[in-house]
Amino acid sequence: MHNLDISLEHITKVEGAANVEVKVRDGKVESAQFEIKEQKRFYTKAIEGKPLMAVPQLLSRICGTCSNAHILASIEACEHAAGIVPSEQTMVLRTLTMDGLNVRDHALHLYLFVVPDMVGKDNFLELDENDPAQHQMLHDAFDIKAAGNFLAELVAGRSIHALYPTLGGFLKFPDKAGCELAVKKLEAVRPAVLRTVKLFAEAPFHLDRKTAFMALVPKDKFGFIDGEIHDSFGHVVPESGFRDHLEHVVLWNSTASAYAHPNKQAYMVGSLARVNLAKDLLHPKTKESLKETLKLFPSTDIFHNNLAQAIEILHCLDEAVEILSTREFKPEPLVKAAPRAGVGIGVVEAPRGTLYHKVETDAKGNVVKGEVIVPTNQNQLNMQEDIAKVVQDNLDKMTKEEIVHEIEKLVRAYDPCMSCAAHFLKVNWA
Amino acid sequence: MAKAKSEEPAASPKIRIGWFSYSCCEDSTIVLTEIMNDHWQFFKKTFEFVHARVLQSRNRWEPMDVAFIEGAVADEHQAEEVRKIRGLAKVVVAIGSCACTGMPSASRNNFSEKQKQEIQFLIEKFKASPKVRKLAEVIKVDAEVPGCPMDPKNFLAAVTKLVAQLQGAK
Repeated sequence: MHNLDISLEHITKVEGAANVEVKVRDGKVESAQFEIKEQKRFYTKAIEGKPLMAVPQLLSRICGTCSNAHILASIEACEHAAGIVPSEQTMVLRTLTMDGLNVRDHALHLYLFVVPDMVGKDNFLELDENDPAQHQMLHDAFDIKAAGNFLAELVAGRSIHALYPTLGGFLKFPDKAGCELAVKKLEAVRPAVLRTVKLFAEAPFHLDRKTAFMALVPKDKFGFIDGEIHDSFGHVVPESGFRDHLEHVVLWNSTASAYAHPNKQAYMVGSLARVNLAKDLLHPKTKESLKETLKLFPSTDIFHNNLAQAIEILHCLDEAVEILSTREFKPEPLVKAAPRAGVGIGVVEAPRGTLYHKVETDAKGNVVKGEVIVPTNQNQLNMQEDIAKVVQDNLDKMTKEEIVHEIEKLVRAYDPCMSCAAHFLKVNWA
Repeated sequence: MAKAKSEEPAASPKIRIGWFSYSCCEDSTIVLTEIMNDHWQFFKKTFEFVHARVLQSRNRWEPMDVAFIEGAVADEHQAEEVRKIRGLAKVVVAIGSCACTGMPSASRNNFSEKQKQEIQFLIEKFKASPKVRKLAEVIKVDAEVPGCPMDPKNFLAAVTKLVAQLQGAK
């Protein structure tokens, strides 16, 4: 197969719209492009002139499935701009918000998007209830998702566009009965989560290519809302320095931008990066249950991103159970501050990777400008390099249709989110 | 989440549905997958997904009983597709705030002249429409499930009503 053109329009079982274009000439992959095809919705422009209090809920609308991560990143950026320091209880509730999000979101991706490829079905609902293994997968998928959804609703009010987290605290607090019920539901699905880890540890898909990783890594325990940016070259930068640690790359065929490491190298963010860089910080109970599985990390097999997501579901479950069964939450007022001119940065680990929000306010506390950098834009160059490798490796072994399916499986392993990737306008910070 | 009244054993043939997303954050798609946590067996028995990119690869542009359309219409390609869906579907349901009202995806419609000038090169480059439209500005809509995201109870109520109508008609 010396010349080949692949034009894969609208990849399915991912969040949003993306195309892949590959050109092979004389047996060599000349180009592999991952093109994001969502129309821009200009949310970082839409927040201009708005009071800070309105910003997190508007920026939440960048993406449904990542919405609670956007809310927390935006709240952190706005609080830094306003000089608000949240309470210890607020930080615990934010931790639980992220735990609920990751359980729900990772289970959605792993089961509804990835499992169909593993069992040779097109749609997850086509799995056969009379087949014991597939019957188990159907029940595990929806049981795990439901438990994550319950946790998110209890702590944040909703699992999508959360209602309770806001600047300076939470608007409502989980009661004792709700916490006890959440513990019961989460503990009930722990065996299903362990089966999920086993399923993806034994999954037959692999693509190993040395690449770089980057993630926000907390100091003392695995988490998603604070810490410093670590990369696999050994660099450590504070949250405020994250933007300067990225090289902006314009992709003219895509409605999104991409980013590279300052050394011009593509890198990956997401669960694989987090588990690679911080597996020792996972919850003790998670580490105890997954001793053998964790030996696979650090890994440069992109399909281990799926396994890393399954591991994170267990971590989030174990962490949430520990928090909910050892403390109570008391109503507390929101921390407030007088309006001021300022610049704030918020960085969280969204399910798909490092998410960066920046906001600048005038003296009245209204937004002058904002910027958002999402995980999918950061993964784009790495994904393209992996697509090129998949095509090159299989050029003489597979039909065009089989290669296309390999590309789809690879793209799904990254769990890209095009809703996130195409919302914004590049901002020049003078 | 309460079980829907419609969760009786479904009569065959299955109801043919499509789930489509245009300019939006796809929050109602995620709510749909959360509704499935409690109702997946009902979905499995009752519906045949003719077109649902979030769930499957083998999507067909074929006649269907119900098309659920999420999102606003931001360019002419999207407008052509929703017109095609209208031609194939007996019933079209607008799902979520962007499909029902245009907002918040249509935020750029209300930008200041200065803001509009700043984004104009991107509007031209990606052939976006001058104005983002709600679904009813492009095609006839038979029912709406509003909300940002849609409310699961309202969606299940709409589905229950449609299933009763369509199964009665079959």
